[in-house]
Amino acid sequence: MKTARLAALAASVALVLAACGSDSSGSGATALDKLGTAEKQLNLVVWAGYAEDGSTDPAYDWVQPFEKETGCDVQAKTAATSDEMFSLMQTGQYDGVSASGDASVRLIDAGLVAPVNTALVPNYADLSTFLKDQPYNSSGGKNYGIPHGWGANYLMYNSKEVTTAPDSWGAVFDPASPFKGKVTAYDAPIYIADAALYLMSAKPELGIKDPYSLTQVQFDAAVALLKDQHGVIGEYWNDYTKSLSAFSQGTTVIGTTWQIIYNLAVAENPDLKTVLPKEGSTGWSDTWMISSKAANPNCMYLWMNYITSADAQAQVATYFGEAPANPKACDVIAASDATFCDTFKATDSAFAEAIHFWATPRTKCLDGSGDACVPFSEWIKAWTEIKG
Amino acid sequence: MSTSTHTVLPAPSHGAGRRLSRWLHTKPRARLVALIGAPAAWLLVMYIGSLVALFLNSVYRLKEDGSGIDKTFSLDNYHELFTTQVYRDVALRTIGIAVAVTVIDIVLALPIAFFIAKIASPRWRTILVAAVLVPLWASYLVKAFAWRAMVASPGGVLDTTFGFSPGYGVTALIVVLAYLWLPFMVVPVYAGLERLPNSLLEASSDLGATFAHTFRRVVLPVIVPSLVAGSVFTFSLTLGDYIAVSLVGGSTQMIGSIVYQNHASNLPLAAAYALVPVVVMVLYLLGIRRTGALEQL
Amino acid sequence: MNATRAVRWFFRSTSALVLAFMYAPLFVVIALSFNGSSALTWPPRDLTLKWWGKAIHNEGARDALMNSLKVAAGATVVALVLGSMASMAVHRFRFFGRDTVSLLIVLPIALPGIVTGIALNAAFTSAGIEFGLLTLIIAHATFCIVVMYNNTLARLRRLSPNLEEASADLGGDAFQTFRYVTFPLMRSALLAGGLLAFGLSFDEIVVTTFTASPGLETLPLWIFNNLSRGDQQPIVTVVASTVMLLSVIPVWLAQRLTGEPGAVTGGTR
Repeated sequence: MKTARLAALAASVALVLAACGSDSSGSGATALDKLGTAEKQLNLVVWAGYAEDGSTDPAYDWVQPFEKETGCDVQAKTAATSDEMFSLMQTGQYDGVSASGDASVRLIDAGLVAPVNTALVPNYADLSTFLKDQPYNSSGGKNYGIPHGWGANYLMYNSKEVTTAPDSWGAVFDPASPFKGKVTAYDAPIYIADAALYLMSAKPELGIKDPYSLTQVQFDAAVALLKDQHGVIGEYWNDYTKSLSAFSQGTTVIGTTWQIIYNLAVAENPDLKTVLPKEGSTGWSDTWMISSKAANPNCMYLWMNYITSADAQAQVATYFGEAPANPKACDVIAASDATFCDTFKATDSAFAEAIHFWATPRTKCLDGSGDACVPFSEWIKAWTEIKG
Repeated sequence: MSTSTHTVLPAPSHGAGRRLSRWLHTKPRARLVALIGAPAAWLLVMYIGSLVALFLNSVYRLKEDGSGIDKTFSLDNYHELFTTQVYRDVALRTIGIAVAVTVIDIVLALPIAFFIAKIASPRWRTILVAAVLVPLWASYLVKAFAWRAMVASPGGVLDTTFGFSPGYGVTALIVVLAYLWLPFMVVPVYAGLERLPNSLLEASSDLGATFAHTFRRVVLPVIVPSLVAGSVFTFSLTLGDYIAVSLVGGSTQMIGSIVYQNHASNLPLAAAYALVPVVVMVLYLLGIRRTGALEQL
Repeated sequence: MNATRAVRWFFRSTSALVLAFMYAPLFVVIALSFNGSSALTWPPRDLTLKWWGKAIHNEGARDALMNSLKVAAGATVVALVLGSMASMAVHRFRFFGRDTVSLLIVLPIALPGIVTGIALNAAFTSAGIEFGLLTLIIAHATFCIVVMYNNTLARLRRLSPNLEEASADLGGDAFQTFRYVTFPLMRSALLAGGLLAFGLSFDEIVVTTFTASPGLETLPLWIFNNLSRGDQQPIVTVVASTVMLLSVIPVWLAQRLTGEPGAVTGGTR
């Protein structure tokens, strides 16, 4: 009786709350025509290390100079995963985001981001062409973002234990792996694409063309492969320090990695090596996108131009450990680190084009092969099942 | 007793406060409402309201392309949870881990709490209480990370010191969770033992009972509410954990990991699954209500 | 009590073992803060003081500490007021729903933090409330109320009602009675509860994750964010070691001010 009354009261309160919330659909946003006066503020959702203001390390500060230059006070919220970025953007409290491909398409489809008028971003002209007008940053012929930086997912291994150098992703997808319990994999639904990429060449009869455009049969094959892989996985990693400590310590001896992790880990453990397997690899290319509800659009445009300038790009790329989108940054970096851009293959367009950059799968296939692709919502559910 | 016993009360005041006081004196219901109104409203609006707002989401659905929430009523999530094996497995595994963690914490907390409350000298008691409380203030995250370095195999602290470590996995996870929540068990058990009159123990041994007998027949029954109170903490903290499991659990998933991962990508499903720990805890709370444990938290 | 020698010895040694278990990881943290390598790997090598030097100049950690203190103080004050009001109501009145109140108060701490966190997150988001210090204080206060409530309720039950009656007989009104009689008698319970609530809020990470605003870092959030950046981990161990050492102060303070060891743990009820 009394519980019923409590519940009724609580329910009415919640209904009022829910009614006050706004509906987030509606993708009729248009790009800005021309820049107005800068607002006083800018709220960003970023990957850790994309908006440093010197509070982490005084030597790395590219936010404060921007604030001085433009008068836009930057508040940056770091997100740990693409899913988190997506849900933060849903709140409508942020002006922009540094989205990877497994968030960017969703953001476009959900109408959470607006098209970008690249004419208002002078530095856009300098950016590597292989990053422009890609499925993960454009839609319907419209540009939805400014490329920021990119990297490939490599295969890292500990040469002391993995004595024969692997040249295929098969090394991590072998359910009878001699390294049982010491294999690692990236902990996100998008990792299913890595299995699909391997199946592209391992099982050509499946006919996979694009690891992000999978039919149900192809998808099921990738999921089955990953369920088998689960038996040999020691742990999955999602933030890079977890992978770093596991490889440095030796609790993990083989698995997918990023260049930056390798750079840091090899300093601790010289036996570590990386290889780009013969199947090619998946990778990430991050894009600055502007919210369709941006309260401070002018500051966001100023930021997008600032962060793609050669100087800012040089700082971000060296701090974060990724290939800069602006090749001019290489000249700046070369002053202190002559090999940096070669290591990250920043200007190697053939290398970049061989990478299958993350994109968000949807029913309407990203590669234009039809309307029967497995959508991302299924990828998310499958990922939980794979991990058991 | 405090200094107030020496304070001379000032002359009664006149004015609004006095009038309000007199009015309140004649209206006990008004006094009650004045006292309980604010806390009750806070908890109902802020907390119960929030829970309802969350669980409303569980009857919505994620749009197919993952681009948002389709706000039409649907029981799809519940269907999904009941028909997919993984959710049942993870729920049972998590509850099993919570039971193991609780048992370990009870076994570890009893002797140290008893020692501090009943055996140690007053001087040592002060020091030991502080010693138990300090780890409670040390960052939970940092402790979890330290355990990551401890159970690592090969080469972790345990491995290099004792030549053995469970490595990342369920065993390590249980040990680490038991470690993290231990102070939450020691504190109520200690408080319960402190209330237990020494004379009772003495009477028991005067009557010729062995120590083991006294402990079982006199001490244990008295501190059951404290143990139950501690178990509320160990249970609820384990049911919600997603950080320790990702650091030392290897490839293990718990309820918290699934809720956490889906919160960002599929809120409706996360909300539906979050009902599992809520139902477990509410049933538990209703079950222990009579023991008086809720007041020991 | 006349426990035998063997029994005493048993309890002394098991307690020592349990304490060793409790402290070993803390020593590992302190050891790692002197580690020459930047990954949290064992054993530490090339001992160094450079992380301590760097940590002192870390603005992020300092700001985060300030935010944590603000949130914990705010939440403690709100919880103190609401918790003691509720305890007085439950202690003095029999009313419809009285049993439900204690259940309602316990709920925010008895349900896992992740449930509380995502529930508050969903509510704040749909109500359009902007995240910030205020949402954090609201969230933390909600789960701290129970600590204050239980501490003050226990004390009220031990108090003799005669004292308050005497005050009334001597002409003290309700507010004066509270101020000069009830409050002083409850002071140590309030203090003990307050410290516990403060500590609970200070180290909270789960609910905090879901209720903080962009760019707002409490100390646990700062620790979490920096633990996921390779080059920052050693600095985190320094900050954690410092907080650990400093935590002796509130614990000591509580024992001194309340004059009885049990007060800190709520043992006075």
